[in-house]
Amino acid sequence: MTVADLFAILPQTLLEGLLLGFVYAMVALGYTMVYGVLGLINFAHSEVFMIGAVIGLEVFRFWGNPESPVIANPFLLLLVALIFAAVGSGIMAVLVERFAYRPLRKRGSKNILVPMITAIGVSFLLQDLTRIYAALRHNEFNMQYRTYDALNQTFELPFQTIIQVKGIIIIVVSILMLIGLTYLVNRTKLGKAIRAVSQDMQTASLMGINPDVIISRTFLIGGSLGGVAGVLFGLLYTNVTPYSGVLPGLKAFTSAVLGGIGNIPGAMVGGLILGQLETLSGTYLPFLTNGNFGTEYKDVFAFLTLVLLLLFRPQGIFGQNVSEKV
Amino acid sequence: MLPFTVAFTALSMLGAFLAPENGLTNLAMLLSVGLVSLGRLPTAWRSGLLAALALALTLLLRLNPDDKLAFYGLLGVLVAAFLLPNLSRLVRIALGVAILFIAVPIAGLTNSFLFELGIQIGIFAALALGLNVVVGQAGLLDLGFAAFFAIGAYTWGIFGSPQAAQFIPGYPSEGLPGNYLYLFMALAVITAAITGVLIGLPALRLRGDYLAIVTLGLGEVVRVFANNLDKPLNITNGPQGITPVNRPEVGPLAEFLRAIGAERLYGRPIDESIAYAFFFYLLVLLVIGIVVLVNIRLANSRFGRAWVAIREDEIAAKAMGIPLLPTKLLAFATGAAFSGAMGAIFAAKQTFVSPESFTLQASINILAFVILGGMGSIGGAVVGAAAVTVLNIGILKDFSDLLNTWRQTGVTILGYNMANLPPQLNPAKYERLVFGLILILMMIFRPEGLIPEQRHRAELQEARQEAKEGGGK
Repeated sequence: MTVADLFAILPQTLLEGLLLGFVYAMVALGYTMVYGVLGLINFAHSEVFMIGAVIGLEVFRFWGNPESPVIANPFLLLLVALIFAAVGSGIMAVLVERFAYRPLRKRGSKNILVPMITAIGVSFLLQDLTRIYAALRHNEFNMQYRTYDALNQTFELPFQTIIQVKGIIIIVVSILMLIGLTYLVNRTKLGKAIRAVSQDMQTASLMGINPDVIISRTFLIGGSLGGVAGVLFGLLYTNVTPYSGVLPGLKAFTSAVLGGIGNIPGAMVGGLILGQLETLSGTYLPFLTNGNFGTEYKDVFAFLTLVLLLLFRPQGIFGQNVSEKV
Repeated sequence: MLPFTVAFTALSMLGAFLAPENGLTNLAMLLSVGLVSLGRLPTAWRSGLLAALALALTLLLRLNPDDKLAFYGLLGVLVAAFLLPNLSRLVRIALGVAILFIAVPIAGLTNSFLFELGIQIGIFAALALGLNVVVGQAGLLDLGFAAFFAIGAYTWGIFGSPQAAQFIPGYPSEGLPGNYLYLFMALAVITAAITGVLIGLPALRLRGDYLAIVTLGLGEVVRVFANNLDKPLNITNGPQGITPVNRPEVGPLAEFLRAIGAERLYGRPIDESIAYAFFFYLLVLLVIGIVVLVNIRLANSRFGRAWVAIREDEIAAKAMGIPLLPTKLLAFATGAAFSGAMGAIFAAKQTFVSPESFTLQASINILAFVILGGMGSIGGAVVGAAAVTVLNIGILKDFSDLLNTWRQTGVTILGYNMANLPPQLNPAKYERLVFGLILILMMIFRPEGLIPEQRHRAELQEARQEAKEGGGK
């Protein structure tokens, strides 16, 4: 492969990175918002994302059955799937907060390991509950999204780039969600309350804000974004398993850290950067190393970026350096 | 309490001997182990009853080698002997030696699954003890701990098998003979400790919650490398894994077993498989003994106190002159070293190494052992590992088998015909569910673990008190 060839595939690679980046950005928002209000790495968020993907898949199965479809139009069906996934994942996130994290908060333990270990436990529990569900309904835990010609139709863009209809949908939906979230956080009363709680929970509660309600809403918003991202992820990769939330979740968290954890625009930018890093390394590593180090190392690349970044700029790209209070 | 316990224990023993195959009598034996351990009894009676139970359970195992309940009972007695307060040291040692070196081998010779279970418990207990230093004592949440286990396993796996000949010209084509394992256990300790330092150097500069995610990522990195380093140089043989890994010679041990007449227990001539099972059982016991000893000495040393200080308050510890990074690195290296040694044994015991054994799941399992037992508590780590291993490869599997039998025979339970039960519902497959539940329930109801470390217990009680008085937020 010549240098010219390498450049020729660059636009397509960048486009794929963009799609992946938007999915990461939406999941990263869930991590960053929860971290903002609770200071907790919500490991279970990757499962909320995966459950969103499963809900979307079920909507496609129920109402998009090819023999007797309730909703024949794939675009409408996708819209319904997105709404259901947003609601379902949001409720799931709220339930997790209510039954796993709130009891710990009420007990007032200062040990930071306790909520984090609970989060890991919840994540494992949700994985296997989904697996049981999938085993009972589909006889196997490997689930496939239905494909539609209308969604897979391709368009040619300049520079030999090809985009599918679903790619366009992913970009449009993500941008709408990100704009909506920015509006919600910056311009509404709820957004103000969320920002107040993440700045100082105790003072916020003195100002007439009920932190429990706000935390619960934060989980709802983050969970809904994760659910939508799950459906988009399912569209993009078509294959969903109970464990397919783990790796994207980890990378979304990495994106959140990249942008500066707790920082909402940071999470969006971090997701887009990580999406590009991953597809670029996945595409070019095999060429640059003569096939000795293949695409399999793209995850290594993502994690090493995280480690390096944390070493040199632990507060992330947009984060502010907060000195520890004694 | 006393007359009742004695009567119940005597009755259950009698019942067990009259009907050794009956599940109920065995359950009664388990109950009496619980009663004797937890009831309010004079120490002398307790020691005596424990000894009697140990003897009875051993005989039961001899009568019916497939009796896993009796084996669990024996484990219970062992745990009780080591952990109950007030027992005299002589009783503890006598019971421990009798169970570990006489009862289990006698039972294991008739049913080698017991050796297998013992070896698994031992390996996991060593891993739990290693992670206990990192998470429990130093308070550093490491979610990639299986990486060190992998390093140890591959250290012996590569050089103790035909694998090394693939990339080192002139290397013996069968790999190093099995007896080099002992040397490589030491090497594995060193390589794992060095890896610990290498991973720790960047990771340990970070705040507590970042550390968790970075160790998780680096643990994955080690696994990805193990999975893909079959090219350009075939070092790990990729996802197929390495096999056969050589094992040390067991000729002398088999000779010894024959000499003491173990053949009569075993029922057939001593062959290689039983000799290996016994050999690895002894080896794991030996290593566990050393690891526990080192752990106890370390916990009470200057370093152990420094670790606890860092766990409790990093800034205060720093103000007291504890160098943070070196002390944390030492904790990382120590924990890694323990699991490295066990990794080498694991490779030899399985005669097979593959990246499959070192996933995130494995790391979380080890964490669950530590959490269940009690963070920072040495006895807790061992008991946690034993309890979860028994649950995972013993009880859950039995439960699956039971469900299968019900399914096949079509028993009706509570009006539901078990034959209709979907075959996918196989409890042995849902280990994540079990581990997840253990983690959540322990954190909500008993964060100090089954056998809490004393310092930790005091601290948690204080927090609870504060919350009750409305002092906390």
